[in-house]
Amino acid sequence: MSDIEQPVATKVGRSTPTSRVASLVLVGLLLSLFVVPVIFTTNVVQQLTSLFILMMLAVMWNALAGYGGLVSVGQQAFIGFGAYATIYLTQRSVGPFLAIGIAAVASAVLAAGVSVIVLRLKGGQFAVGTWVVAETLALLVVLNQGLGGGTGISLQGLNVYSPEIRRAYIYWVTLGFLVLLLLLVFLLLRFKTGAALQAIRDDEEAAASLGVRVRPLKFVLYVLAGFGCGAAGALTLANTLFIQPQSIFSVQFSAYMIFMVLVGGLGTFEGPILGSVIFFVIQQQFADQGAWYLIGLGAVAIVFALFLPKGLWNLLAERLHLQLLPVGYRLRELRAHSRDSSSSPGSHERSRTETDDEAVK
Amino acid sequence: MTLLNAVLQGVFLGSLYALLACGLSLIFGVMRIINLAHGDLAVLGAYLVWTISTKLDVSPFLAILPVLPVMFGLGYLLQRSILARSLRSGPLVPLLATFGVSIVLQNGLLQVFSPDVRSLGSSAGEISTGSWEITSQLSVPYIGLVMMLVALVVLGGLQYTLQHTAFGRDMRATAQDPDTASLVGIPASTIYAKATGIAVATAAVAGAFLAIRASFDPGSGPPQLIFAFEAVVIGGLGSLWGTLVGGVVLGIAQTVGATIDPQYAILTGHLVFLLILCTPRSRALLSRRSTS
Amino acid sequence: MTLLEVKELEARHGLLKAVRGISFAVGEGETLALVGANGAGKTTMLRTIAGAHPASEGQVLLAGEDVTRLPAHRRVAQGLALVPEGRKLFPEMTVLENLMVAGRRSRTGAWNVETVLEAFPMLKPLRDKRASELSGGQQQAASIGRAMMTNPQVLLIDELSLGLSPVAVDAVYESVTALIEGGATVVLVEQDLQRAMSVSDRVLCVLEGRVVLEAKTGDVTRKQITDAYFGVASTPSNDPARSDSETS
Repeated sequence: MSDIEQPVATKVGRSTPTSRVASLVLVGLLLSLFVVPVIFTTNVVQQLTSLFILMMLAVMWNALAGYGGLVSVGQQAFIGFGAYATIYLTQRSVGPFLAIGIAAVASAVLAAGVSVIVLRLKGGQFAVGTWVVAETLALLVVLNQGLGGGTGISLQGLNVYSPEIRRAYIYWVTLGFLVLLLLLVFLLLRFKTGAALQAIRDDEEAAASLGVRVRPLKFVLYVLAGFGCGAAGALTLANTLFIQPQSIFSVQFSAYMIFMVLVGGLGTFEGPILGSVIFFVIQQQFADQGAWYLIGLGAVAIVFALFLPKGLWNLLAERLHLQLLPVGYRLRELRAHSRDSSSSPGSHERSRTETDDEAVK
Repeated sequence: MTLLNAVLQGVFLGSLYALLACGLSLIFGVMRIINLAHGDLAVLGAYLVWTISTKLDVSPFLAILPVLPVMFGLGYLLQRSILARSLRSGPLVPLLATFGVSIVLQNGLLQVFSPDVRSLGSSAGEISTGSWEITSQLSVPYIGLVMMLVALVVLGGLQYTLQHTAFGRDMRATAQDPDTASLVGIPASTIYAKATGIAVATAAVAGAFLAIRASFDPGSGPPQLIFAFEAVVIGGLGSLWGTLVGGVVLGIAQTVGATIDPQYAILTGHLVFLLILCTPRSRALLSRRSTS
Repeated sequence: MTLLEVKELEARHGLLKAVRGISFAVGEGETLALVGANGAGKTTMLRTIAGAHPASEGQVLLAGEDVTRLPAHRRVAQGLALVPEGRKLFPEMTVLENLMVAGRRSRTGAWNVETVLEAFPMLKPLRDKRASELSGGQQQAASIGRAMMTNPQVLLIDELSLGLSPVAVDAVYESVTALIEGGATVVLVEQDLQRAMSVSDRVLCVLEGRVVLEAKTGDVTRKQITDAYFGVASTPSNDPARSDSETS
């Protein structure tokens, strides 16, 4: 008697009871976040704005690396570009909030242009190429006195608002962008592109041989990341009111993004969110320790690289069999089937199919 | 005539970049790891040489000698402890690990040595400042010549090792297929560790020259890293002589840019780099390299 | 004397068990053929024996010594060599370099560059050619030669004829037969049943990670093997269910 399993009727689904509940909770959470400026102090509002900006960056970097296999060490190019585009526009009497929006779109356009150079590169070359683009932009700004040169420049146009109102508006705009980006990523994953993206990440050649159109998808991701990072840069400017090229174009941003995503969990939807929260908390608690804080940060990065390379979310998800959002695929059995019990009595049967029927991420 | 002199100085600067880059090229070629800490390791080397040179009052050229085996050992340990494990988890994790090492190094140096800018130029004496005046417009600085000679020796030595020694064959085999390499008896992890050790030692040499030629502080690592990368990519990944060419091209781009305006020096380098990335020749080169 | 012994070997890919409780022994000078359909676990088994894949359970003994915890390169030093599926020569290195790189840390013995080139004469004119420029059959010869450079006690060959033209397979089998007649101990994974049975003393059929048939080549018919190959129930003497309950 063969010990092959009898086939089981299954259905492919997108959500589980858990994910349905979690989605509702998430929507509720988002709605309540909108109310924060009304209830809490300006300080809290500003802190949360910083957190949301970090989250945007983490989500974007994860979209690039986790779904597209594109390891960019140069997203700061768009962060800086978004900020300076906002400056440029407000210098020409465009309202600041409109300027932020246009700057984000302009960053997307820049990304489309830059992609022509960098998307043909692979791996390490891509990483370095993107970094050099960022450095080049920074140097171009330094040479431009109209944009403040090396000393930096302030954002005009927000002075009409009182600090509290200003912070509240910026908070809402930031939250709006964050939700928009999360939605865009969610949609990308939810529709057919989602599986294609994961296939590219896992094995680009195999994916291409199966007909996955790799270049267009990478292009979409790169432009999206340009948009998101550009918005983040513009919002950082709005949040701090003053920028300098060496900081807004700094490769430190990339370092932070790598940290947030790899600690939180690469290639998952929830990972970058978790990672940005963790990073934010660490920053709040320890930033005043100076060099020791940074040494600690570096040490944490090393520890995660060595022992938890898949990040915390993957760890939690594996242990608790958890996936909060319906972005994976699940194989559900439609009826309880009898495990193929062995033909001969007394035989110690271990013939269960051991394939993992958990969600395929 | 100043343009010619700029090109000449660019060649010397380029040999420094090549020296800085060859370790990066080696690690990337053998392990496919981008070592984000490479620049900081060079700066660490500079600090070690500075410490020995000032404490024992010897020339940096002597001080570098004991630093070399120390840095080799450090690279060896770095690979065995951190990089080896992170290699197994895919190409992204070594990025995080080397970023962590970079941050720890920079800030560790900051704690130990303070942010003060230092230089080894004075300790090196006549060599660091003197030059031959070939004509009134053309000069060959001694230090430039020394750097070029050292770069040629180091790169040539590495190339020879790779092509004509058993260890070099082991490295090439492990680089091309680490799985099969272990199946024919090559201890891949030891090879990786030795390659990293060599790479870090060469970074220390470059760091020492950096310190002699100019100044340095704990944060000098990342700018050097990017120059090293540019040299490697311009010259074509996977080729040591290519790295020399890449370094020289970058050096010349920077020095020529400086003749237009000193502020343009680094920018010109970047623009040349980006331009080269766009050309069809580089496209062919890149695609060929990516399969090897 | 038993040169290679495998006891209750288990190996996984993630959670999937590719090799489940396999045991067999190979005596000196014996040639054992491992047959089975794609995905049956043969390659995983060979790689686990060679040390390229971790064993989750069980033991591998080489000439009586337990090598289960040794990494692959140490097993090579002890005399266990694998010719991998797909040849896997180092593509940018010449044939000569491929041979030399394997000969470094090995046991001493009769095999060196000269003797390998004698045993595989088709390689002589190809000494200085890059491995990526060789044809499939030439690569296979080079790959076997490379493994022989380590002077192995036991030679494992994975999918000898896969992807090769019939002419190339003929040539390669000539050389392998010569090796076997010279006294080599070989474990051969082979999809071509005919060839497998023509060179082996014993044959093991693997299905879904388990041994479903083990017999001397002379004692068993092709039909019995193909039945086992496909998991078809056959005569009582070869009933896998029976042998299962005997081993559990």
